[in-house]
Amino acid sequence: MFEGIGLISLAIWVPILAGVLILVTGGDKNADGQRTLALIGSVLGFLVAIPLWTGFDASTSAMQFGEAAEWVPMFNIHYRLGVDGISMPFILLNSFTTVLVVLAGWEVIKDKVAQYMAAFLIQSGLLNGVFGALDGVLFYVFFEAMLIPLYLIIGMWGGPNRVYAAIKFFLYTLLGSLLMLVALVYLYFQSGGSFEILTWHKLPLAMTAQILLFVAFFFAFAVKVPMWPVHTWLPDAHVEAPTGGSVVLAAITLKVGAYGFLRFILPIVPDAAHELTWLIVTLSLIAVVYIGLVALVQADMKKLIAYSSIAHMGFVTLGFFLFNPLGVEGGLIQMISHGFVSAAMFLCVGVMYDRVHSRQIADYGGVANTMPRFAAFFMLFAMANAGLPATSGFVGEFMVVLGAVQVNFWWAFLAATTLIFGAAYTLWMVKRVVFGPVANAHVAGMKDINSREFVVLGLLALCVLGMGVYPLPFTEVMHASVNNLLEHVAHSKLAY
Amino acid sequence: MMFPVPDLLPALPEIFVLGMACAILLVDVFTRERNYAYVLTLATLLGAAAITVFTSVPQVQTTFGGQFIDDAMGDVLKLMAYLAAMTAVVYSRNYLGERGLFKGEFFVLALFAVLGMMVMISANHFLVLYVGLELLSLSLYAMVALQRESKQATEAAMKYFVLGALASGLLLYGMSMLYGLTGTLELPRMAAILQDGVKDTMILAFGIVFIVAGLGFKLGVAPFHMWVPDIYQGAPSAVTLFIGTAPKLAAFAFTMRLLVDGLHPAVGDWQGMLAIMAVLSLAIGNLAAIMQTNIKRMLAYSTISHMGFLLLGILSGTFAGYSAAMFYVIAYVLMSLGSFGLVVYLSQNGLEAEHLDDFKGLNSRHPWLAALMAILMFSMAGIPPFVGFYAKLAILQSLVGAGFLWLAVVAVMFSLIGAFYYLRVVKILYFDAPRADAPAMTPAFDIQALLSANGLAVLALGILPQPLITLCTYAMQMTLQ
Repeated sequence: MFEGIGLISLAIWVPILAGVLILVTGGDKNADGQRTLALIGSVLGFLVAIPLWTGFDASTSAMQFGEAAEWVPMFNIHYRLGVDGISMPFILLNSFTTVLVVLAGWEVIKDKVAQYMAAFLIQSGLLNGVFGALDGVLFYVFFEAMLIPLYLIIGMWGGPNRVYAAIKFFLYTLLGSLLMLVALVYLYFQSGGSFEILTWHKLPLAMTAQILLFVAFFFAFAVKVPMWPVHTWLPDAHVEAPTGGSVVLAAITLKVGAYGFLRFILPIVPDAAHELTWLIVTLSLIAVVYIGLVALVQADMKKLIAYSSIAHMGFVTLGFFLFNPLGVEGGLIQMISHGFVSAAMFLCVGVMYDRVHSRQIADYGGVANTMPRFAAFFMLFAMANAGLPATSGFVGEFMVVLGAVQVNFWWAFLAATTLIFGAAYTLWMVKRVVFGPVANAHVAGMKDINSREFVVLGLLALCVLGMGVYPLPFTEVMHASVNNLLEHVAHSKLAY
Repeated sequence: MMFPVPDLLPALPEIFVLGMACAILLVDVFTRERNYAYVLTLATLLGAAAITVFTSVPQVQTTFGGQFIDDAMGDVLKLMAYLAAMTAVVYSRNYLGERGLFKGEFFVLALFAVLGMMVMISANHFLVLYVGLELLSLSLYAMVALQRESKQATEAAMKYFVLGALASGLLLYGMSMLYGLTGTLELPRMAAILQDGVKDTMILAFGIVFIVAGLGFKLGVAPFHMWVPDIYQGAPSAVTLFIGTAPKLAAFAFTMRLLVDGLHPAVGDWQGMLAIMAVLSLAIGNLAAIMQTNIKRMLAYSTISHMGFLLLGILSGTFAGYSAAMFYVIAYVLMSLGSFGLVVYLSQNGLEAEHLDDFKGLNSRHPWLAALMAILMFSMAGIPPFVGFYAKLAILQSLVGAGFLWLAVVAVMFSLIGAFYYLRVVKILYFDAPRADAPAMTPAFDIQALLSANGLAVLALGILPQPLITLCTYAMQMTLQ
């Protein structure tokens, strides 16, 4: 059907071209036309990504839908794409989220609509590129380039302190990625002139080199995840970003960091990863426990969700460094679930913000009285965020805790505290915002969600519940790839 | 007595430019219509490009008794220099016209400067190199001083002249030492003699120190960078545009001729010096640029850091490093043309778009120009998918390949600092509200089209860098074979 152009390429370039088209036909005179165009582009982007799921062969760990073309032969850089069970779900998640983001910004964004929509579409394509790239430089290009639209999104449509947040976001993430660039070049020489990630997986490396590479990659990805103590950009960015920006940040960009652990750190430097497990586990547990406590005292809803994201991502990195299938798959499930749940939470805050223009918990109270339908959704997502069984939030956390018990009881014990802290900060916030008597005139004047918001939240609710009740389709596609990865990581690369 | 007539064909572009520059000088005297000079200048540069292309042969040719060399690296750099000079001339047209500087002198000086660059690029002999350098420098001093009533410009010209003369002195002193040591001024012969080993390594070391210091001045790298910000800021923007672009190509060729063609056997001596200069430039350029509020001054400091990056490529002392440096300098000239070009273009209707605040909210007024500026800034910061990224990648690759891993790490760390001030420009363009008193713009379609092509080239070469990389590698291969 699409001869010459692979499915992954389509998933990358359809949104980007749609974004460019919006920019070219731009101008703010015809805002509704731009919105429609953006919706068509994002839905199209999602549709071309679906065959990646339906046509996926879950029985193999090999890269599928591969594409390769020479790009810069002089440096042996290839346009090399492919997905396995680890990366494929994220392309879908990302394409799906883009549709939601376009819908969420529909009438909320009134200023520079074309640029807003275009930024999100281009961002979406670049993110698909990050997940699909199998060439180090190609990966890096997407990895860095996606900072540009997000920087503009935060800085142009964000809150009062947006400039600070945007620059902090950019520089923090750049710090990590520049070190990674040196690591990529180093690997190029070590592998005898190849930028192919899969070649690097097989490359034997001495321990010192592995440790140094680990540090370089770790910086790049830990900042993105973000892990404690390099997480401080996230609350700022989340709070200042417009709703759509927060959604993309939480649902997708954070996942890029965790994905990097699986694609680069574990397979390329397995010995260093084993050696430094203590470091990652400690940082992850600090994120889970300490950041969970920090979330408890937040007065700003977006900040609270931001901190809860960090705590949830701590779970993910913990799961990866357990080196057992439950841990890694649990981490991956947690990533996808967090993509749905955090997106939904930010959208809920966005819904309230659009009406009252405040994110402070103290400015609300008794929202359930004026917005019953919204309150139901909000409650559901809050439960999922707290990890209630039958929601997607439970599955991943439970798997990681189970995996952790196999390795070390105390790790599991500390990790499991999240079930308490998570419930505490989320439900306490919901209680103060949603329940009780109507707090003030603003809340009394709030209108319940309209059909556009209903569709957005309803879709997410379906995902959250569906994944919570029946997670098998998700774990199924990952299984072969995760097992292969773990087998690979179990073998030392020093002794080759 | 018979004079042997040298083979003039390799030097035909130089002869053509010289002839045309003199002709334009005469034409300008006899007519009041300044547009003739403008059109003729563009035609001259185009003609020179055509001659360079048609007389180009794959082999290295020398003439004038081996003092003049015509090779692939030279041809490529010359073509880029014509392109840069032409673009700069077109960008400056309205700016010069509005300020009463649209005179024949500007164009003649520009052509002589280009001639100086060409001679530098093609020099195979210390004295020819020096003559080319002086021709370029003297033309530039005069161009800076062209705006006679401006105190700033006059001061800048004076400063430029004094420091430039000092640098030339250092360079000559170094050359004389090497001459004393080897008894030749021809670059290949000097390389051969140094290859066999010289007795007095002390004089060699001193000679190289002076030569490298002189080079440092001309390239504008720390610790010899002091003139750069003052001249960039003080000169009329159109002249800054000219100084900041094409001459960098010549400075690169100059460095290559001196250090690689002439002094390659002493690579161990100059490598360390270049490393120190490069790291200092990266540090000073990037740190000082953060504090600037004048965009010309900011870009001047950014130039210093870029030149530092360029040195990193040369100091790796490998073939890959030289072609990476060549790629870098061409990419830099493209970016620099665009960014200074925008400064010049926006300086109209009484506005001198020099202050960063003058760019506030440009996205609300002229989204396309703002997008171009943003592309250039991201590219200078080395963010993909723009050409600046590949330029940096190529240099990093050559550094790691030559075993200078620590220099690569230092370089990327300073790039991070550098990213801050480029991001600040983007912030000013996109996040700030526009100035209420910003004057309306009179669009000039040819300039705007050229600016667009310039910005899009930065993007296109970032997405598909292969042609330019191949060109640079091929040129280096042909030259250094």
